[in-house]
Amino acid sequence: MCLAIPAEIVSVNDAAETAVVALGPVRKEISIALIENAKPGEFVLVHVGYALHKVSPDEAARTIAMMREAGLDAEIAEFGEAAR
Amino acid sequence: MKFVDEFRDEALAKGLAAAIAREANPARRYSIMEFCGGHTHAIFRYGVQDLMPENVGFVHGPGCPVCVLPIGRIDNALELAEEHGVILCSYGDMLRVPASKRRSLLKAKAEGADVRMVYSVDDALRIARDNPGREVLFFAIGFETTTPPTAVALRIARAEGLKNFSVFCNHVLTPAALNHLLTAAAVDVDAFIGPSHVSSVIGSRPYEYFTETFRRPVVIAGFEPLDVMQAALMAIRQLNAGHAEVENQYIRVVTREGNLKARAIVDEVFERRESFEWRGLGAVPDSALTIREAYAAFDAEKRFSIVTRSAPDAKSCECAEILRGAKKPVDCKLFGKGCTPDSPVGSCMVSSEGACAAYWTYGRFRREAA
Ligand code: SF4
Repeated sequence: MCLAIPAEIVSVNDAAETAVVALGPVRKEISIALIENAKPGEFVLVHVGYALHKVSPDEAARTIAMMREAGLDAEIAEFGEAAR
Repeated sequence: MKFVDEFRDEALAKGLAAAIAREANPARRYSIMEFCGGHTHAIFRYGVQDLMPENVGFVHGPGCPVCVLPIGRIDNALELAEEHGVILCSYGDMLRVPASKRRSLLKAKAEGADVRMVYSVDDALRIARDNPGREVLFFAIGFETTTPPTAVALRIARAEGLKNFSVFCNHVLTPAALNHLLTAAAVDVDAFIGPSHVSSVIGSRPYEYFTETFRRPVVIAGFEPLDVMQAALMAIRQLNAGHAEVENQYIRVVTREGNLKARAIVDEVFERRESFEWRGLGAVPDSALTIREAYAAFDAEKRFSIVTRSAPDAKSCECAEILRGAKKPVDCKLFGKGCTPDSPVGSCMVSSEGACAAYWTYGRFRREAA
């Protein structure tokens, strides 16, 4: 449960400190209260519904591929499920 | 996606393995503890240990927050769900960990308690807003990555004046556990691989104290198998040179100061507990957080007058020794017999980051592949 999943910011609601992020086809609302100046197109590491920090697109791609290969699809699926 | 290949490249892995074999002095042993369950997972999944020379070994540390929470605190949560009739919300793995008498929050749920699995503390806030007539309690666990979200939720609850929401705080601190391992538990470890996501929040600076005080290198590493191998090589080089420094293999994410915004929010909401019990480590001073007076209205320990009693681990379960790095999962009599991921006896078999679960899943995988 310590793992964080990278996702791309699609839109930002600054007043509510939330953002919609995309991971493949899945979209999900997360909190951006813990990071500064989040902007659409940037990648963030998402942990328990919160962006913990920004990462580069390369880092994001690497991490997702590693998680898939490591059989951590359950964590990725959980991410999608919570999107409802 | 060329980087993906680079980070899992077989030739690179072989090259790193060769470098490690070349640089590891055959006249000594190198015992390297990976603190974080994410690294344990990577080491097993990719068979990293098999690529190491005989005299370089990984020791698995207490880096899984689900694993280290002692039974007494889970008993507390059970009591709150069953006797106080609260809606108890927590992260998935936590619900499956056996408490006293092999009960768990999931079993309590099956018997009618209102226990709900949430993905985020924000889900618990939402449940509180939707059920104004019920007490909603968030059973908060986790290291420095999970703590900042709980802090944000407490700020939101206070700002909204939510009357029926509280947090049972069990957030623990990574550096304190390392400190304890090196002093009280006196583990036989030469170097540490530092956690990556935890360090992205607290920065690499807190580890400088260890390297100075205990003269053991700490190399912060990412979760890729090649990250772990590179970190092992960096640790071996330090040990050979007689150095003990904090090195950061994971500069692509971790800075010395960490996430300042997250740290400030955590500081505003939480303060240190004098002492907290860890499974395997016992009472560790300054190793956990409690909710500050300003947020006392949302502190479940105050609202429900929670008193934690110590409760023993299940008979024959060796989780305590495993979390201290003193034993391996296969040393436990119950491993794979009475205890499997489908029917866990101890906490280390529950979460995929627990050492027993990693052994079970990938040990079998490796035997079949061989
Ligand atoms: S195998 Fe099960 S009972 Fe034994 S130490 Fe691991 S979790 Fe505990």
